[in-house]
Amino acid sequence: MDFYLTALLQGLCFSALALGIYISMKIFNIPDITTDGSYTLGAVVTAVLIKQNEPTYLTLISVMVAGALAGALTGIIHTKLKINALLAGILVMTALYSVNISLMGTSNLPLINLPTLFTLVNISADLNHNTFWILSLFVIIITIIIGFLLKTDFGVAMRATGNSESMIRSLGVNTDRMKIIGLALANALTAVSGYLISQFQGFTDISMGIGVVIIGLGSVIIAETLINWFKITSIWLSLVLVLTGAVIFQIVLAVTLDIGVNPNLLKVVTAAFVLLIVSLPRLSFKKG
Amino acid sequence: MIDIKKVHKIFNQDKPNQVNAVSGIDLNIKTEEFLVIVGANGSGKTTLLDMVAGSVFPNSGTISIDGQDVTKLPDYDRSKWIARVFQNPLSGTASDLSILDNFRLASIRTRKKGLSIGINDTFKNQVKEKISTLGMGLENKIEQPMGTLSGGQRQALTLLMSVMDSCKVLLLDEPTAALDPRSADIVMRTAEELIKDYRLTSILITHNLKDAFNYGNRIILMGEGKIVKDLDAQQKSTLKQTDLYDWFG
Repeated sequence: MDFYLTALLQGLCFSALALGIYISMKIFNIPDITTDGSYTLGAVVTAVLIKQNEPTYLTLISVMVAGALAGALTGIIHTKLKINALLAGILVMTALYSVNISLMGTSNLPLINLPTLFTLVNISADLNHNTFWILSLFVIIITIIIGFLLKTDFGVAMRATGNSESMIRSLGVNTDRMKIIGLALANALTAVSGYLISQFQGFTDISMGIGVVIIGLGSVIIAETLINWFKITSIWLSLVLVLTGAVIFQIVLAVTLDIGVNPNLLKVVTAAFVLLIVSLPRLSFKKG
Repeated sequence: MIDIKKVHKIFNQDKPNQVNAVSGIDLNIKTEEFLVIVGANGSGKTTLLDMVAGSVFPNSGTISIDGQDVTKLPDYDRSKWIARVFQNPLSGTASDLSILDNFRLASIRTRKKGLSIGINDTFKNQVKEKISTLGMGLENKIEQPMGTLSGGQRQALTLLMSVMDSCKVLLLDEPTAALDPRSADIVMRTAEELIKDYRLTSILITHNLKDAFNYGNRIILMGEGKIVKDLDAQQKSTLKQTDLYDWFG
């Protein structure tokens, strides 16, 4: 059972990343690959600051600023230099590898026996339960902030930017600026996932971000399938489904390991699972 | 209201596919004038309109609106004067957003999109009331995504959206080109009513010579990036519909 609790906790850690991908991919319609780099960046900044005994809130703010800068850079390259978003993301992601390893000074930084977000308060004696409550609260707060943001006039303009650029420009919105802000926000959230995971697993590794974008994509695609299935238009419900998607994704991976699939094959299973989810709506459309 | 002086626009300059879209146009559009522009494909109508809107910048010449030089101002900075209806209904509305969200954005066209929630019951009622004037029964569907509506409904709503916030200039770029005759008629009549009620200065581009004949109080014919004919209200009133067809003969 503990095995599945861990999967649930990981899912919660990744929900910030899933929200980030939801913003870049679904709201702005931009495939953003900066994720792999900004996620690791978040984890690296966390490890470095925790090592220096900086308070958690300061670490969190620094992580978000670092992620936002990475995202904004991708946004600037994409909008101002008119470079394909995918390539812009890959460029920033590649460069971030050097930034990350320079910041850490080593390829792996353990955080054993150091105070983290999860030792901040003691709600339950059981470490995992304690982590669960703190994480849940954390994720709820983030979701409420994002949900509120998307409901504001600024948020509606954000949603329109990815939907009909000509319309929103004629209504007085600088779409380049909006995209830069959107990518900054998305990558700030991604970095927060790095912040959570590194404290949860107790270390930061330079290669922890490899392929992490698929976790976000998978979560969002699961959510999107459900959103289309039930014809959901509510923002709040959509965000909750994105969180659910992140958790489902981790649980599926846990099940895969639990039934004895070779861990080396995990990435194949991940890819196959995402493919299945993506093709599911198409398969069922054919029947209808 | 709109003053266009010696405007030139060349696409792909000095390349084999160079196009002289607009070649030296001088045009002064007075306040509350309803200008109709006709002309063959490639005559520069849309480029001219895009330059007024700010989505295309001229190579030379100046454009001013309401006495202010806007030549270098991008489209999103001209929205304080200009509202626009596009040829493609998809361009003027956001499909995935609800009718209400679309109207909210339109209602703050000239203002900053801030971090407060602007959609409340008062606003909903205001939108419902406005939409009910169309008589399309859409006032009960304001929570629906815009994408569920037909092209005609969307164009009619885009027109209404343009007067949700203060508006001085209305640009209509073949607003009925993608519509069936009945919807086209509703859209054009809605446009004319709004232009009268809100005393807008407007430019209509159309290939429909019946519309060109019926609407507006000034008409120009464009050809090869220049103004070929320019008829004021009085001259237009004596114009016969067959004369218009002869222009294209």
